[in-house]
Amino acid sequence: MGLNKEEFLALENKARELRKLTVDTVMWAGGGHIGGALSAIDILTLLYYKYMNIDVSNPKWEDRDRFVLSKGHIGVGFAPVLADKGFFDKELLKTYNHTYSKLGMHLDKNKVVGLDASTGSLGHGLSIALGMALGGRLLGKNFKAYCLLGDGECNEGSVWEAAMAIAHFKATNVITIIDRNKCMIDGRTEDVMGLEPFADKWEAFGFEVRTVDGHDLYALTEVLDYAIKAQNKPVAIIADTLKGCGVADIQDDYRYHYASVSEDAAAKYKKQIDEYHDKRLKLQEKSNG
Amino acid sequence: MANLNYTMFDAEKMSTAEYYGKTLCELAAKDSRVVGLSADLAKSTKIGALEKDFPERIFNFGIAEQNMFAAAAGMAEVGLIPFVSTFAVFASMRALDQFHTDACYQNMNVKVIATHAGLSFGQAGSTHHCTEDIGIMRTMANCRVIVPADGRETVNAVKAAYENDGPFYIRINRGYDMPVYPNSDYGFELGKAIQMTDGTDLTIIACGSCVIRAIAAAKQLEADGIRARVLNMHTIKPIDKEAIEKAVVETKRIITVEDHNIIGGLGSAVAETVTEFGKTCVMRKLGVPDTFSIIGLHEDLMAEYGYDANGIVKTAREIIGIQVIDEENWDDDDF
Ligand SMILES: Cc1ncc(C[n+]2csc(CCOP(=O)(O)OP(=O)(O)O)c2C)c(N)n1
Repeated sequence: MGLNKEEFLALENKARELRKLTVDTVMWAGGGHIGGALSAIDILTLLYYKYMNIDVSNPKWEDRDRFVLSKGHIGVGFAPVLADKGFFDKELLKTYNHTYSKLGMHLDKNKVVGLDASTGSLGHGLSIALGMALGGRLLGKNFKAYCLLGDGECNEGSVWEAAMAIAHFKATNVITIIDRNKCMIDGRTEDVMGLEPFADKWEAFGFEVRTVDGHDLYALTEVLDYAIKAQNKPVAIIADTLKGCGVADIQDDYRYHYASVSEDAAAKYKKQIDEYHDKRLKLQEKSNG
Repeated sequence: MANLNYTMFDAEKMSTAEYYGKTLCELAAKDSRVVGLSADLAKSTKIGALEKDFPERIFNFGIAEQNMFAAAAGMAEVGLIPFVSTFAVFASMRALDQFHTDACYQNMNVKVIATHAGLSFGQAGSTHHCTEDIGIMRTMANCRVIVPADGRETVNAVKAAYENDGPFYIRINRGYDMPVYPNSDYGFELGKAIQMTDGTDLTIIACGSCVIRAIAAAKQLEADGIRARVLNMHTIKPIDKEAIEKAVVETKRIITVEDHNIIGGLGSAVAETVTEFGKTCVMRKLGVPDTFSIIGLHEDLMAEYGYDANGIVKTAREIIGIQVIDEENWDDDDF
């Protein structure tokens, strides 16, 4: 597929907007999983604005690509995406976490239009995606099942049960993406429960691994293109990311797994996001000569 | 349960889990067999309090509950006293086979202190609510189940778990609980309900965060001239049959109140005793009405499902109006 300049600029802009909307949503919600949401925004942006074959006017379309947010705690980052796509009114984001709201910390697919799985208990998503993929294959459908996992989440044995089965069933229609921000709740992943050599683990389970800068849209496009085409072996994309990416005050700090954001802080964070994206764009232009 | 007299000031400052963390540190200081296990929730559950003075006795398993529960059983087998803490929904369901087979079946000395129970993590939704655990855990043979009413009772519950060999499941809330007791010296006994108010018109049997609400309801009912007995049924298993039978005989009307599905929990445990006792009694179970809850603040959710103080009062008024018919006066034609 690749990414042309125009598309790149539009997606960069989208990622910037979504980061800011995430900060606002955390503010409206009275708190939220801001760190892991901001680390995943670039991945979500590419999936929802470039790759996924979905129809907003027909959210239950049987042939649509599926997406399972296995790290289900980042509803504050994912609901803005679904709202911005037009699955529901953005105004709803202002009710996030309020009693009776359809939007709570972990999103509920029976309440949130456009959501394919209710997640929040870690370690389920990759198996759900596998089931969708196996089902799709049996039904003769061509859709992909994308799954986004946290790296801390990969402590769960169930993730590896899914990995083993994806390779065994050659379910190359599952696209496995791990948000490798190297942070969890109680600390950095390598301090709490070491994952390294992480890529080797996925390889040993039968995957082809692509490690990529999870905040570089060109690089992400390249590996997603590759994973989508792969037929022999399933591909695991390890996206190197920064928790809290874009907000200098909280970036790469595991203590901001969950935080509340005041109005003042939100303004400051959004300014930092602009600075981050301005800088990122400049660097990108430079490297492209 | 001596010498843990926290002041009122402390109570307002300390979350229920903090009482647990403090108590665990005390136990760890006097008994080197006490160890703590968590799964990337050491801070949230406050088991991480051990870190400061006993860094070698706190084990963070990462986000891997099954491994943690089975390992706890292994530690108990070699003589340690493992305390295991994670959110209640994961403590009771994510690794249940491990807890069932490795801890309960083998009668291992494993103590589970499960936090964020009931709807206390209200905004997090059904993946983090836990309204099934009392029902699940009281069907585990060998396992004792305690639902403390506040921080001070949590101190007693944790000590009781330490003092009695075998598996325990203690469920506490996220955040702060309004204090029911001014200190921990009020005569807590495992398996013995505590009468909070006296009355003969009806009995409200509550556990956990519902105890303070039951007491508030009893106060409101007093204004109507209805005298309600309130029992704090902190131990769900073994349940205090004597207190329940006494309530049947003396008040003939029982309302149970719990932050749990009305199926399987405190209400069911009380109903089992009532039916086996065989004396006429009108009973209502309050709690989450067999549904996955909406999201929101804990208080709001309790009100929504009718088990806050107002909800209890409403149900009390209803059942006060029901005439209790003694067996010999039953008219078979009614059925
Ligand atoms: C089974 C399970 N155990 C524990 C939790 C509590 N929890 C929520 S988020 C989280 C840390 C997740 O870390 P990671 O997967 O690395 O996500 P990220 O850092 O990207 O936010 C934990 C332990 C949970 N949601 N599910």
